[in-house]
Amino acid sequence: MDSISRTAYAYTPGIKIKFSEVIQKVRKLPIPGKVKVSLGEEVKAEDVIASTEMPSVPEILNAALMLGVEPEELQEYVKKKVGEKTRKGEIVAEYKALGGLIKKTVVAPFDGEIVDVSTVTGQIVLRRPPTLVDLKAYIPGKIVEIIPDFGAVVETRGAIVQGIFGLGGEKVGNLRISVNSETEPLTESMISEEDENKIIVGGSYTTYDVLKKANKIGVAGIIVGGVDQIDIVKFLSRELGVAITGKEPGLTLIITEGFGKMNMSKRAFELLKKFDGFKCSINGQTQIRAGVIRPEIIIPHSLKMEDSGKEGGDEGITIGTPVRIIRRPYFGKVGRVLALPSELMEIETESRVRVLEVTLEDGKKVVVPRANVEILTI
Amino acid sequence: MQSETKRVEYILATDVGSTTTKARFFKWNGKRYQYVASGEAPTTVEKPYEDVTLGLKNSIKEIEDLTGYRILDERGRIIVPSNSGKGVDIYVSTSSAGGGLQMIVLGVIKIITAESAQRAALGAGAIVMDTISLDDGRTDYDRIETLQTLRPDIILLSGGTDGGTISHVLSLAEYIKSADPKPRLGTGYRLPILYCGNKDAREHIRNILAEKFDLYFVSNIRPKIDVENTEEARVAIHSLFMEHVMSHAPGYPKLMEMTSAPIMPTPAGEGKMMQLLAKQYNVNLLGVGLGGATTNIYSVYDGKFVRTVSANLGMSYSISNVMASVGVDKIMRWIPFELDEREFRNIVANKMIRPTTIPQTLEELAIEHAIAREAIRAGFTHHKTLARELKGVHRALGLEALYQRVEEETYIKMINVDLIVGTGGLLSHAPRRVQSMAILIDAFLPEGITRIFQDSVFMMPHLGVLSTVHEQAAIEIFEHDCVLKLGTVIAPKGEVHDGEKVLELVLTKKDGEIIRRTYEADNLDIIPLAEDEEASVELKPSRNLDVGCGPGKRVETKIYGGVVGIVIDTRGRPINFPLEAGRKKIIKWFSQLRMYPEDILNKWR
Repeated sequence: MDSISRTAYAYTPGIKIKFSEVIQKVRKLPIPGKVKVSLGEEVKAEDVIASTEMPSVPEILNAALMLGVEPEELQEYVKKKVGEKTRKGEIVAEYKALGGLIKKTVVAPFDGEIVDVSTVTGQIVLRRPPTLVDLKAYIPGKIVEIIPDFGAVVETRGAIVQGIFGLGGEKVGNLRISVNSETEPLTESMISEEDENKIIVGGSYTTYDVLKKANKIGVAGIIVGGVDQIDIVKFLSRELGVAITGKEPGLTLIITEGFGKMNMSKRAFELLKKFDGFKCSINGQTQIRAGVIRPEIIIPHSLKMEDSGKEGGDEGITIGTPVRIIRRPYFGKVGRVLALPSELMEIETESRVRVLEVTLEDGKKVVVPRANVEILTI
Repeated sequence: MQSETKRVEYILATDVGSTTTKARFFKWNGKRYQYVASGEAPTTVEKPYEDVTLGLKNSIKEIEDLTGYRILDERGRIIVPSNSGKGVDIYVSTSSAGGGLQMIVLGVIKIITAESAQRAALGAGAIVMDTISLDDGRTDYDRIETLQTLRPDIILLSGGTDGGTISHVLSLAEYIKSADPKPRLGTGYRLPILYCGNKDAREHIRNILAEKFDLYFVSNIRPKIDVENTEEARVAIHSLFMEHVMSHAPGYPKLMEMTSAPIMPTPAGEGKMMQLLAKQYNVNLLGVGLGGATTNIYSVYDGKFVRTVSANLGMSYSISNVMASVGVDKIMRWIPFELDEREFRNIVANKMIRPTTIPQTLEELAIEHAIAREAIRAGFTHHKTLARELKGVHRALGLEALYQRVEEETYIKMINVDLIVGTGGLLSHAPRRVQSMAILIDAFLPEGITRIFQDSVFMMPHLGVLSTVHEQAAIEIFEHDCVLKLGTVIAPKGEVHDGEKVLELVLTKKDGEIIRRTYEADNLDIIPLAEDEEASVELKPSRNLDVGCGPGKRVETKIYGGVVGIVIDTRGRPINFPLEAGRKKIIKWFSQLRMYPEDILNKWR
């Protein structure tokens, strides 16, 4: 048996950057409700598509124990029926003995509704009034499908850019390009009170102070190449464990490249620049594990332009495929595949892995593990 | 069975992991089954490739590329059985993609039925998302909210001994009913609930839960307070996993049609082989499967098998969570070069968001090795909380006393562990075998004399599932190609002080060569002894140190080699990490073990 491991890897698909494509969004309530749009209807991003009443978390009262009766006797002492409303302080169950000399009661701790009376456990389950949930369209467009009782599918044509990691949920606002190039960092002085509800595009990097200021002003979103992980921890006031995000309060942050100072990909930056001032919809929700969800920027538009972009990884990697290196020491560098040696090669770590040779934009030739590149859309 | 065995020539086994799909190709060489080649490709759970069979095909194409042997037909389907020099006769798979099997367990008392339920779920290879019990210190509201928020694949409900009180377990059922939790993989089916509590409560449980859930019953996991019976629950969980979970994951229905045997959760496959090893060598064993999303720890100790799956401790998807859980300092103490915390955090977070990448520089390799040590250590700490004697047997104490009882320590005593086994991508792919040996030593901190094995190219899960359809092939490949003996570690147990003499060693090889060494505290050393070699060793520890027979007691025994050899570890237990000059010490240890190229270590010095 040899003393060196043998490994072979395939490619990683790239993230999406498209100037124009048909975008469909499935807008679905978590539980059934009322759909408020009809097929073929044009909607704005802010329009409500469907509504429902989200039941609140129920609370359990150990009624039999409180009354000092057996669970199977509980029904005799309950004053309210299942489904009936209760007011805070109202008696929901009462036990009287010796002509009222001994009296024990169970009172409702809040305004709500009786959802269950169990003669098995002796418990009464109460629920607070439900919360009204309005599901908005999120993107403007046409309703192309109704999902009965749950929502609808909205369709639009527009540009789409995916990020690699994000924070915060859905936001709608006007895009503002704040830097001159993808290599320029977004600094505090670039943000002012006028940026309230706007979505700011930075270049390579931003910091905790900028995020804090933007949040205070009420900026809807920030799109940038990279942020230090420690600044995100500071911004969230908690450690970042697994990459499952989207519910963070405050502004929505979308990182397009990774953690640290990282130039935004030129293609993403150039695309966003074309839409300076456009209204767009963004979502920072990220889930990096099964059923991967990446953050997204959707810019609905009707501009015509030749789009040569292809989905990364459609045909795998061949000689000439444009790739981006996604790990050190060449992290973020872009180039074209020069060679795909099939035999395993030893890299600096002394691992023998499948590699590819890449000619970088500056003409330099480098060898990288196949696992460390993603296919770039051009 | 014999005639069927003769027909099987080519075998393909895959593990559809959370990060990478690993295909392994085996064949009959005329004398025995042997490992031929590996192919690996990113698991395709991300749009637009939301179908695991795409990653599967990519990994198989890698094998075809490397061997020139065709396994897939023109339409990309696996050719089964083999004919005219193409295809395979058996195709099997394990899987942890989609986050594996995720469960919530409920029991009446934390350290009694809830703990048994946890062991049953973990024993089936599940990730336990939460454990709810009536004494967990949470409010009803919290418990119901937890049940509502987490979307498990299966709920395991336990509580009460047969013939005992039923009201407590019914309260747990009421929580579930009130929360009305939904299954993780969609709303198209009802959430399965497996009831394994007091059998007298079954009718009531049915009344409470049958309307909204798919309810199943198995025997009580704690029929009596001093009896635990998790096997029936474990088997039922496995079959529910196949019927309800796998069939709803992206691309899995297709995968299930392809395989010659039911798909097994990765930890179940790994665990099978760990048990086989412990049985073969008749030893107390500790094992680890260090994955991308989870860390699975196995122990076979005095015949008892316990498996734990620590969700969110892993080397890719979960790598940031290792940092968040154990703390930056604990990981950075293992890094042999100067590194700013800001930069360190960025490197770790970038691995999390690009989970399929591999280190290209030695610095990044050393960082991953540092994290691996702490991920395993944290997983082992979790494991020890479940590898304990049954709780609650002293009924005389009453429930109240049980609530307040200090949790007892694990029954695992490192001095009695004979063998440590490592598997998983990082350990199997470590460029130098001494790296995986050192990681296992630093993570588990073995005491006395302990052998260390590893899975050569990460195929234990594959062989685990293969053993269910072709045991002979699985065992032959396991013995010859999978288990790699790294060597033996000798580590005196006890506190040591710089400069003191701690151990005298006399090692006599079969060819008569005698090696005599005296060790000072806080050092590591390697004595080469080949994989198939054995030697006799005489160890004289200093007064307060124990190498297996008690403090200061001399030990004479046989010792076995490996591709690394015999590692002598006189750093003491626990290892003393000085705050000052910590990095110097790490470099010294790494240099003594030849962990990384010497010129690089010099650069880091």
